[in-house]
Amino acid sequence: MPTVKGDGMRGLAVFISDIRNCKSKEAEIKRINKELANIRSKFKGDKTLDGYQKKKYVCKLLFIFLLGHDIDFGHMEAVNLLSSNRYTEKQIGYLFISVLIGANNDLMKLVIQAIRNDLAGRNPIHITLALQCVANIGSREMAEGLSVDIPKLLVSGDTIDSVKQSAALTLLRLLRSSPDSIPMGEWMSRIIHLLNDQHMGVVTAAASLIENLVKKNPEEYKGCVSLAVSRLSRIVTSSYTDLQDYTYYFVPAPWLSVKLLRLLQNYPPPEDPAVKTRLSECLETILNKAQEPPKSKKVQHSNAKNAVLFEAINLIIHMDSDPNLLVRACNQLGQFLQHRETNLRYLALESMCLLATSEFSHEAVKKHQETVITALKTERDVSVRQRAVDLLYAMCDRTNAEEIVGEMLEYLESADYSIREEMVLKVAILAEKYAVDYTWYVDVILNLIRIAGDYVSEEVWYRVIQIVINRDDVQGYAAKTVFEALQAPACHENMVKVGGYILGEFGNLIAGDPRSGSAVQFQLLHSKYHLCSPATRGLLLSAYIKFINLFPEIKHIIQDVLRSDNNMRNADVELQQRSIEYLQLSSITTADVLATVLEEMPPFPERESSILAKLKKKKPSSVPEGSEQKETTASKIPAVQMSNNVDIAPPTSINLMSQADELVSFSEAPPPSVFTFDSGPAPSAGGQSITLQGFDVGESSTDDFVDQGSPQGGSASVDLLGLGSPTQPTAPSVGSGGLLDMFDTLTSHSSAPATNGIDLGGLSGGAEEAFRKFICKNNGVLFENDLLQIGVKSEYREDLGRLWVFYGNKTTFQLNAFLVDVSTPGNLSESLSIQQKPVGGEVEAGAQVKQQFNMACVQEFAEAPVMTIQFLYSGAQQKISLKLPVVLNKYITPAEMDANTFFTRWKALNSPSQECQQIIKATSPIDHEQVKAKLIGFSVSVLEKVDPNAENFVSAGILYTRNQQVGILLRLEPNKQAQMYRLTVRASRDKVAKILCDLMQTQL
Amino acid sequence: MMQFMLLFSRQGKLRLQKWYAAHQDKMKKKITRELVTLVLSRKPKMCSFLEWKDLKIVYKRYASLYFCCAIEPEDNELLTLEVIHRYVELLDKYFGSVCELDIIFNFEKAYFMLDELLLGGEVQETSKKNVLKAIAAQDLLQEEETPQGFFEDHGLG
Repeated sequence: MPTVKGDGMRGLAVFISDIRNCKSKEAEIKRINKELANIRSKFKGDKTLDGYQKKKYVCKLLFIFLLGHDIDFGHMEAVNLLSSNRYTEKQIGYLFISVLIGANNDLMKLVIQAIRNDLAGRNPIHITLALQCVANIGSREMAEGLSVDIPKLLVSGDTIDSVKQSAALTLLRLLRSSPDSIPMGEWMSRIIHLLNDQHMGVVTAAASLIENLVKKNPEEYKGCVSLAVSRLSRIVTSSYTDLQDYTYYFVPAPWLSVKLLRLLQNYPPPEDPAVKTRLSECLETILNKAQEPPKSKKVQHSNAKNAVLFEAINLIIHMDSDPNLLVRACNQLGQFLQHRETNLRYLALESMCLLATSEFSHEAVKKHQETVITALKTERDVSVRQRAVDLLYAMCDRTNAEEIVGEMLEYLESADYSIREEMVLKVAILAEKYAVDYTWYVDVILNLIRIAGDYVSEEVWYRVIQIVINRDDVQGYAAKTVFEALQAPACHENMVKVGGYILGEFGNLIAGDPRSGSAVQFQLLHSKYHLCSPATRGLLLSAYIKFINLFPEIKHIIQDVLRSDNNMRNADVELQQRSIEYLQLSSITTADVLATVLEEMPPFPERESSILAKLKKKKPSSVPEGSEQKETTASKIPAVQMSNNVDIAPPTSINLMSQADELVSFSEAPPPSVFTFDSGPAPSAGGQSITLQGFDVGESSTDDFVDQGSPQGGSASVDLLGLGSPTQPTAPSVGSGGLLDMFDTLTSHSSAPATNGIDLGGLSGGAEEAFRKFICKNNGVLFENDLLQIGVKSEYREDLGRLWVFYGNKTTFQLNAFLVDVSTPGNLSESLSIQQKPVGGEVEAGAQVKQQFNMACVQEFAEAPVMTIQFLYSGAQQKISLKLPVVLNKYITPAEMDANTFFTRWKALNSPSQECQQIIKATSPIDHEQVKAKLIGFSVSVLEKVDPNAENFVSAGILYTRNQQVGILLRLEPNKQAQMYRLTVRASRDKVAKILCDLMQTQL
Repeated sequence: MMQFMLLFSRQGKLRLQKWYAAHQDKMKKKITRELVTLVLSRKPKMCSFLEWKDLKIVYKRYASLYFCCAIEPEDNELLTLEVIHRYVELLDKYFGSVCELDIIFNFEKAYFMLDELLLGGEVQETSKKNVLKAIAAQDLLQEEETPQGFFEDHGLG
């Protein structure tokens, strides 16, 4: 038995020895149970235990607990130890409490009382114990109970250093666990000055606390930047002897340095030139030191030194402003890529990923491509290889995409199973983003399926289909390639899916060659049929019916297949139904009808790649926001836009009614319409059926079979909407929302009491200006005087809006007979239906009441509702009249489109009533970013690369009203010299352009 | 912020656990099991860092003991290795060439020492001298108190 330190507890040591000598688990449990019984009887016994005995037994219980056994008694004895005057008893008591008492324990009140006593005492060593206990438990109750005592200790002049250290970190713990329980106080203003403290330990502890406060409120603690920079500067320029025991293996204060460097990452580069220069010097010094010969061969020296270096590089990347530093950082990391220490190679790969996203260092990172590829192939540790994959992904651009994708594909054949799926996603994204030639893209994806079919998720093969459908230059090639790939004796089911879909759509493009004639294609697909899952078979059946349309000459062969018992009487009801319906469809319809039903799929609306969304979900950190934006704009695929709902499955191209006779109606239906800004009514909005290419889908049993496997069930109808009527690029939001239900009930009593004709001159002072503020924003203060503050919050979705008004009583008296009335001037009530929730008769002193308004836009409107607030304040009647900030542009949803589409549509809206143009004098200096923010606030998109002049803005949106959807196009041309704007709005419905133009004009 | 620190032997026996974020006991056991298996399965020359859920694991082996810390994504891995090393140095200095048995028999001391070095998952005091001074002060207080249990432990009470 080794020596027991201090005075130790011999009984405890004996017990531990006994446990260790137990030969079996059973023996151990037996010994423990014996001990537990013994302790229990001692605690229950008549003989009062002295402090030492209590301490010993409590410690034994703790040991038993740490062995993994449950302890359900002894807590009270431990709490008793807290009030002991003997330090060691107190200490064991606190340890037991820290480890064993959960935050919700009944004894917590007693514990907090004991802690408060120790904090109030004068003994620093007791104070420290109490603080450590608080830091270890950190419960809300503690935060509430001790929220005053701890900050006081931290800034009080007579607290000794070590207590200050503990107080800082204890406070940090409480701020983290229950931030709202700690009252902000005077201590907060003094806290940043702890960065100047003499004692390095205090600074080290305080730096963590300050970083937490800064994260919540950077503006308030801005002063810490210069303090941190000067402290850092003193450290990095000191010699290693200056800091004595805070030098760690010849590295001056590495922990504090890292904390300071992290603190600075919460701010942009310093504004003060002197501070900025000083910081740059620090960073350069750190980079220089990395080149100096090591002062020690010990790994601790190099770890500590490099820890500071990596944190400095993080800061350099964060500031992203000094190309020289970024390139130096990159070169330094390049050296580490070949370092013999695995840890350094790992970290270098990780940091380089970030550097690759900065425009200043992207090229410098690319120089290391070969090394990274070698790492991918030769590293023995999968976590390092993973980093190499991440870096290759981050450094990829148009110039090296083919090579990187090639290498990744090659590596995929032997890659670890754990990283395959992610690699597949990454390869698919890179291939799509940087495809110059889409035949290459198709090759890559088909290779992916061939090499790692099991890891190719739905998103990946959905995406290749979306792209092939949207790009007619690649369709023939895709058909040919997939036809060849299917020749392989064993091919992955995903390949069959892609093959079925693509040949069904575009098989005719390769049917001219007798080697891939119609019958050959069919036989090839059908040879896989029996090996596939029901979902794939359903897809193949859809391909077959498309074949009947494309290749009438093999109609009879296919009909035989559909008619076979294996299909028509399949146990799977979906297959059965498809077989029967498709057979009927092919038998009773004319060729024209068939051709219309099985029309080639319309292009998919452009949206964010669903693969990217999946990768983000899987690994949020691996898709740096900045890089992605940069890459997206560089991408050749037009406007890969963000959208809320991204899991879009390609539907099985036909979605039809079960009953063939219903199909008759559609032969008169118009051909699928491409989106134009015609002023005719848009596809039936709000009905429960969805119009797809001119005929009703209704209850869709066959529709979108593939989607059943997609993770977002229930999105089927939404997807269809997105496909069938490209007028609604953001359609997915339709289906989700209690809002719809709410407005269903609303229509019945939408004719709210309307007292028309309020005198607008009667508006309260400032009402008009306040109203205008809300044109481009949704939240803010609408009105304020000495009695009342009125705030507004609102949200809109398509033609529905919700607005909350908050009435805050600023006085110390109750406001009585509080009454709010909303009126609609002119015939506004026909255009905007408003439903108002009642608001109470009184507003208590200092209280705030909330009122909700629901507003549906029926058709365009120019006026705003007027809200009259009346109440009694100390007997006197008060009246306030305000315009409720509801304006037409709130009902716009931004729309994305490329230059071609934009100009086609722009030209189509050429009648004078559809356009409104105004020349406006700028009220403030023209600032590109501000104007952009305004436009976004105005709810239209800001389209990049549409107007050749980058100064000009081009925007689009769809105005949703209950009656129809109106396409909105907008151009804004600033003239900086003249400080003027020319604003042109075109809309597919008369009057709308004028109203929007008038609204926007007030904002410039 | 460090989320937790685990010390376990090559046989997978847990010797010390310190949790800086609240978890249910059941969850603690599950995490421990998972990480012990994960770390023990790694080969000697492998990297000391790995991604685990949304945390980073930093581990290092000293003789028969593994020291394993979970830190947050923005924390510094290399410096966490040195937190471990500093802790080992402190134990070593205090016990005089520390071994696994010292930690088993004096587990409470190991906890006290850790509380001086790290508090609430953040580095509190990096000076070896200051930490040892604080621990020595504790021991001094111990010695001033009469070891009144001495006789009882020897059956003489």
